[in-house]
Amino acid sequence: MDDNTPDIEITELRKLTQVIKDKYDYEFKDYAMSSFKRRIKRVLDLYKFKNVDKLINVLENNPDYFEEFVSEITVNVTEMFRDPTFWKVLKEQIIPNILLNHNKITVWHAGCSSGEEVVTMCAVLDELGALDKAKIIATDIDTAIINKAKNATYSMKNMEVNNKNYARYQGTRSLEYYFKETNGEAVVHKSLLENVSYRKHDLVQGAIFSKFDLILCRNVMIYFNQTLQNAVLNKLHESLFKYGYLAIGSKESLIWCEIANKFIVVNNEEKVYKKVKD
Amino acid sequence: MRYQVSNKYKAVVIGGSAGSFQGITQILANIPKDFPLPMFLCLHRLKHVRNGFVEALSIKSNKIVAEPFDKESVKKGGVYLAPANYHLCLELGNTLSLSTEELVNNSRPAIDLTFESASYVYRDKLIGILLSGANKDGAYGMMKIKEKGGMTIIQDPQESMINAMPNAALAATKIDHILTVNEIVNFLLELDKACRG
Ligand SMILES: C[S@@+](CC[C@H](N)C(=O)[O-])C[C@H]1O[C@@H](n2cnc3c(N)ncnc32)[C@H](O)[C@@H]1O
Repeated sequence: MDDNTPDIEITELRKLTQVIKDKYDYEFKDYAMSSFKRRIKRVLDLYKFKNVDKLINVLENNPDYFEEFVSEITVNVTEMFRDPTFWKVLKEQIIPNILLNHNKITVWHAGCSSGEEVVTMCAVLDELGALDKAKIIATDIDTAIINKAKNATYSMKNMEVNNKNYARYQGTRSLEYYFKETNGEAVVHKSLLENVSYRKHDLVQGAIFSKFDLILCRNVMIYFNQTLQNAVLNKLHESLFKYGYLAIGSKESLIWCEIANKFIVVNNEEKVYKKVKD
Repeated sequence: MRYQVSNKYKAVVIGGSAGSFQGITQILANIPKDFPLPMFLCLHRLKHVRNGFVEALSIKSNKIVAEPFDKESVKKGGVYLAPANYHLCLELGNTLSLSTEELVNNSRPAIDLTFESASYVYRDKLIGILLSGANKDGAYGMMKIKEKGGMTIIQDPQESMINAMPNAALAATKIDHILTVNEIVNFLLELDKACRG
């Protein structure tokens, strides 16, 4: 790490989030402090802004820059079949359970990033012969990353880790079944993603827009503080049908959240919960 | 060498990479079960091996070593290990947070992030210990700890299996004590006494 920029003070971050709220109506004040501070520091380094005031100044005067800024402060790291054992549980228990009672399944990927998670879901559904029963919505706050998700084209370099994950998930095919290699890139077959619609949506300020059988919100709320986690969990809870499932990241937990009593744990290791109370 | 142990300290962070496993096991085997300060361990580890490491560290440890969940509260005397493939950070208000941000120094978890965030929260009440390792992760973190008035300790480069990491810290900032693992253990035992008053 380098240390060209001085420490960023909390008061500066407060000022920044207030300007963003006033001008763009996005609310970042309850993002987890240590990572948010590093994201801002990264932006200062990247654009050679000398301090937070300079960044504020640019945001105030260049509305065009805002989306790029959001893109830079969000953490988009993702993989296909990330946490392979989670996908195994989804395939063997959760999705079959949902389909036991309905002939349809609605899924929301909240914070889908570049879409690897969505491709994974479609592959799992396909392997279960249930892809045509699915309606999938994938959302993210970051416009650039949503476009990337729509494109569903990934560098072959990234496919290495994806392939390893797929092997650990013990898939019945090989991951290559789902894409075509063109110019060093893996282009996911369009037919696999036919039932997916991609939208920009902000979990913090955005309204509830539908109800789902299954919501994946994995490795998104770790960037929020507890206050915001509680608020977002309320929205996710409201967006689930009764007896619907919520999956969070394998290192996240509902235990100390206010809403915990409205869910039961379905799989503690893989962090899958079921809504049991409205 | 006399160390300045005192009961002002509130937390210990330990970083290590290649060649640090033995040292960290020895430390955990020798500090008492009720050592009062929380300890945060950031050790470089295999990315996709989620299980096994905590167990390996726990075998000889008097304390329970746990991989925390995101936003878990820090408990008195708790020992927290950065999970595979996540950065581990301290937040104001006594909670831990996890993140999958970019690799730092080619590492996730990165020692620099754990150390820097801990120095921000604990200020001059933090002790940073950096063990054997093959890159420069932790050097910047040690500098931050020093800037905030905390105490910096490295494993003696002579003793370290791979000394690039302790040496990088030495080059980056003032190091208060250069100790062998045995001496680090003794230091922690004296700290234990001091903190119990
Ligand atoms: C680390 S990625 C997680 C991707 C995927 N779910 C996974 O687990 O691999 C986190 C994503 O959350 C998105 N995000 C952050 N804040 C958000 C918000 N307020 N509303 C919607 N998405 C958000 C980021 O843009 C980023 O793409």
